[in-house]
Amino acid sequence: MAKRIDITNVSSYYGKFEAVSDVSLRIEPNAVTAFIGPSGCGKSTLLRTLNRMHEVVPGTSVTGEILLDGENIYDDTVDPVNVRRTIGMVFQRPNPFPTMSIYENVAAGIRLDARRMPKSELDGLVERSLQAANLWNEVKDRLKKPGASLSGGQQQRLCIARAIAVEPAVLLMDEPCSSLDPISTLAIEDLIDELKNNYTIVIVTHNMQQAARVSDTTAFFNLAGIGQPGRLIESAPTALIFSTPGQKATEDYISGRFG
Amino acid sequence: MTTLTLATGHLQGRRLPRAAAPATALVAAALAVLLGQISPVSGVAGTTCVAVVLFFAGYTALSFAVEGSRHAIDRLASTLIYASFLAALVPLVWILSTVLVRGGRVLSAGFLGHSMRGIGADATGGGVYHALVGTIEQVLLATVIAVPIGVLTAIYLVEYGRHSKLSKAIGFFVDVMTGVPSIIAGLFVYSAFIVSLGFQRTGLAGALALSILMIPVVVRSTEEMLKIVPSELREAAYALGVPKWRTILRVVIPTAIGGITTGVMLAIARISGETAPLLLTTFLSQSINFNPTSGPQASIPTFVWDQIGSATHPALDRAWAGALVLILFVAVLYTTARLIAWVTGGARR
Ligand SMILES: Nc1ncnc2c1ncn2[C@@H]1O[C@H](COP(=O)(O)OP(=O)(O)O)[C@@H](O)[C@H]1O
Ligand SMILES: [Mg+2]
Repeated sequence: MAKRIDITNVSSYYGKFEAVSDVSLRIEPNAVTAFIGPSGCGKSTLLRTLNRMHEVVPGTSVTGEILLDGENIYDDTVDPVNVRRTIGMVFQRPNPFPTMSIYENVAAGIRLDARRMPKSELDGLVERSLQAANLWNEVKDRLKKPGASLSGGQQQRLCIARAIAVEPAVLLMDEPCSSLDPISTLAIEDLIDELKNNYTIVIVTHNMQQAARVSDTTAFFNLAGIGQPGRLIESAPTALIFSTPGQKATEDYISGRFG
Repeated sequence: MTTLTLATGHLQGRRLPRAAAPATALVAAALAVLLGQISPVSGVAGTTCVAVVLFFAGYTALSFAVEGSRHAIDRLASTLIYASFLAALVPLVWILSTVLVRGGRVLSAGFLGHSMRGIGADATGGGVYHALVGTIEQVLLATVIAVPIGVLTAIYLVEYGRHSKLSKAIGFFVDVMTGVPSIIAGLFVYSAFIVSLGFQRTGLAGALALSILMIPVVVRSTEEMLKIVPSELREAAYALGVPKWRTILRVVIPTAIGGITTGVMLAIARISGETAPLLLTTFLSQSINFNPTSGPQASIPTFVWDQIGSATHPALDRAWAGALVLILFVAVLYTTARLIAWVTGGARR
């Protein structure tokens, strides 16, 4: 089940350095939200704040409130491990586990966690996840081969299959196509379009056309200068952002006048 | 336009033919032999040195004349590297061949299957069985003690204690332990367990001393292997909702297991040859003792030491054969460990 995320006055820090400042934003379920903006404006940081991956880096902190269907994920009683089970993540560089086969990679979320599941049920889950990631037909005859033996685009879809196998409600993607060729990129964009039927999707992208193609809502981030925190400039339906942006900075960015 | 057109043949340069290196080597050798007739530097070693120096000078000069300075420097550097490699191989091959030849004389099934009980220094016969039993048990016990402590310490240092005061302190003491001379480790066990607490000299006491030597090596090598596991893999597991301890157990360690195994094997190889700490803690024994917790126990290094001390021909032969058995012991262990790592390495191979 897809879930809604409400971000209220969120700031993320690395030590004393404020990377993103005072973001308030609603992320709708069953829709694709794109984060765009110049490098270093804190898109990745905010994304990692959404599933409590930010705190994996030592010395980091977060202020503000993030509600997942009304439940504060930064509440003291909340276990970050459970948050990450509900909010999955796909990284910029494909990172399949090198010691595992294709099958084991997809089953990793279940197996690594020692959740008991009969073999037949696990087989079904692996097949469904690979199918959902549009990878099943390409790998069904070599599930025992190493995950690292696939091409870059296939590896990234393997990582998507691995993320959806734990049946999250939200899928965060940090520039998932930036290391891929145009054909693989297209495959993943089509996939994102299908996935939004079941998930809430947030995607960071540097590619304006991609944001325009896949997203329903676009949030534009910017930073005032070096050493300044990144801020949310505006967020609106994608069609609106790309036709009649509300802010001058947004218009400059998407028309390629800077960034 | 004019700047784009290259003079014809600009991309080609004159190169030395392939035969240049062996030809120069032959000439250098011949010259060295001739010089040996008229100069005070002679003999095999002297002539070889002269030949090597002549080869370096001649080959570099030839390359400089034909190919220019960049290629000449390249050839000089490559030749130096090959020469260093060969120089490093000489002692290795020397030791191996000497041990093989001299140890091979008495190495037999009988030597492996008999102890030294009742065999005098002048008598031939006898064997290494009691010492092999002792070394296997002592090294195994030391490994069982040292590997969990060492690996867990490394996991703490890399995965949990990054930059904390405690981990800095642990790192410092591990370095200190690495530098502890092995006889000091033996003296420590001797004074703490045998003198102060009144235990006997046993195989176990020896294993304790060996484990003290093994722990720092295991910690440092495991630490290096864990550090090179990419953090993306840890993050990938966290993002799937896998707790940290299971990530370490199921992702980080399997990824690093090949290197960790190699480190452990190097540590085992190091302690297998230790003699001084064992003389203090296990003492010497000529007969078979399967029980590492009671009474003196032999080991291959102390066996070799003991036989050399006798200085008779049969004893010296036994010492060489013992050294050969020790080398084979380490080789067998190493191969087995690599095989296990390879078989359990999963999908990566
Ligand atoms: N691990 C880190 N430690 C310290 N500072 C970081 C770290 N990661 C990112 N930053 C800083 O946070 C700011 C935002 O980075 P990031 O979120 O990666 O931006 P984006 O993804 O929009 O390019 C940058 O100034 C960057 O230097
Ligand atoms: Mg980024």
